[in-house]
Amino acid sequence: MNDIASKVLNGDQRSIARLITLAENNDPSATDAMKKIHPHTGNAHVIGITGVMGSGKSTLISELTRHYRKKGKSVGIIAIDPTSPFSGGALLGDRVRMMELGSDDKVFIRSMGTRGMLGGLTSAVYDVVEILDASGKDIVIVETVGVGQAEVDVIKIADTTLVIVVPGLGDSIQTLKAGVMEIADIYVVNKADRSGVEQTMAEVESLVDISCSGKDRKTPVLQTIAKKGEGISELVSEIENHFRYLEKTKEFEKQRRLRYEAELVEIIRKRLMNFIFDESTFKEKIEKLLDQISRKEVDPYTAAEEILGKILK
Amino acid sequence: MERKIRVLVAKPGLDGHDRGAKVVARALRDAGMEVIYTGLHQTAEMVVDTAIQEDVDVVGLSLLSGAHMTLFVDVARLLKKKGLSDVIIVAGGIIPEEDIPKLKKEGITGVFGPGTHCDIIVDFIKKNVKR
Repeated sequence: MNDIASKVLNGDQRSIARLITLAENNDPSATDAMKKIHPHTGNAHVIGITGVMGSGKSTLISELTRHYRKKGKSVGIIAIDPTSPFSGGALLGDRVRMMELGSDDKVFIRSMGTRGMLGGLTSAVYDVVEILDASGKDIVIVETVGVGQAEVDVIKIADTTLVIVVPGLGDSIQTLKAGVMEIADIYVVNKADRSGVEQTMAEVESLVDISCSGKDRKTPVLQTIAKKGEGISELVSEIENHFRYLEKTKEFEKQRRLRYEAELVEIIRKRLMNFIFDESTFKEKIEKLLDQISRKEVDPYTAAEEILGKILK
Repeated sequence: MERKIRVLVAKPGLDGHDRGAKVVARALRDAGMEVIYTGLHQTAEMVVDTAIQEDVDVVGLSLLSGAHMTLFVDVARLLKKKGLSDVIIVAGGIIPEEDIPKLKKEGITGVFGPGTHCDIIVDFIKKNVKR
């Protein structure tokens, strides 16, 4: 397993893909490689892209990537789609909109299911960002699932977060005031050739105007027509502006620290949950407690304390 | 460990009929698999590159145009050339009976024509995945 890490560092596609799978499956053999690659991370600019279903996230990513490729930058893309809570399966279709990227060894696209995580991301996303970063990608783009109002975890992982809105949502932008509409570093009004774009621009801009975050940077609102490639170069320069702003202020270290905190919490959470729910010693105990709870002999709080007590003592 | 079977469903070549591919993709999803759907008009190179990046266990090809002896075989040979020997290849579409043995010889182990029940495809994949 040792050499999978060095192959990833050399940018070998199959090793990158395999390590992602191992991390995603919580395979213990991934841990060693993850430890080895960590010192080589931190160089990629991580861009998070979120927005409602059908807002054009994948198409926009395809266009952004083409633009970055023209500038000679390599790009890693993590495209997340929902896992069915019923079957555990998933239909991952973001690549359909990224076909134009074709066969280019400087672009690595990975589709992932949420596998039970809420918040718009998937549990292994922190690992995958590190893997793509360590493999030498200049830009790593994380596409969330199509979000509703409260899936805001993307800010924990991205240096720069784009929130995509489209005309025709009308008053729904008003309802998005809390949550998703608070996390943007840049707003993108996509499908700007549709009617109602002026109203959408006005609504988003007024949200920006009334915010008093105390920061000296005003969140820009841009228009794009991703399908025609319009507005993309302006968007890329705004993303670069934001990155410079992060570096100039202390925001950059703060942002990275936030990511490592989220990653650390996730690793601990996964290990702890595995320990409690997958270990056969506890399985029996849990079943027994569940029986007792059903018979009203024990309440759920006492049962939880009993299980946690065994670990924490 | 939470191992999930990952399947690439691809439409190679010039053929716009993707209903069958979508029905199968949906059935595999409902069987708990992660299905990566590529969309239409894929070249063999695109299919194989996607299979590598997505680290799939299965490549599923669908073609109704009649060019399967060229395109399926191209994909199978390129997969082998790139060293993806642990990936199984299944195919569907309008495939004449006499072509099936030739396709199997090229490493396309499962060939499923019109009318195949989805469960048969699901079972075949579950029994034959190599990892």
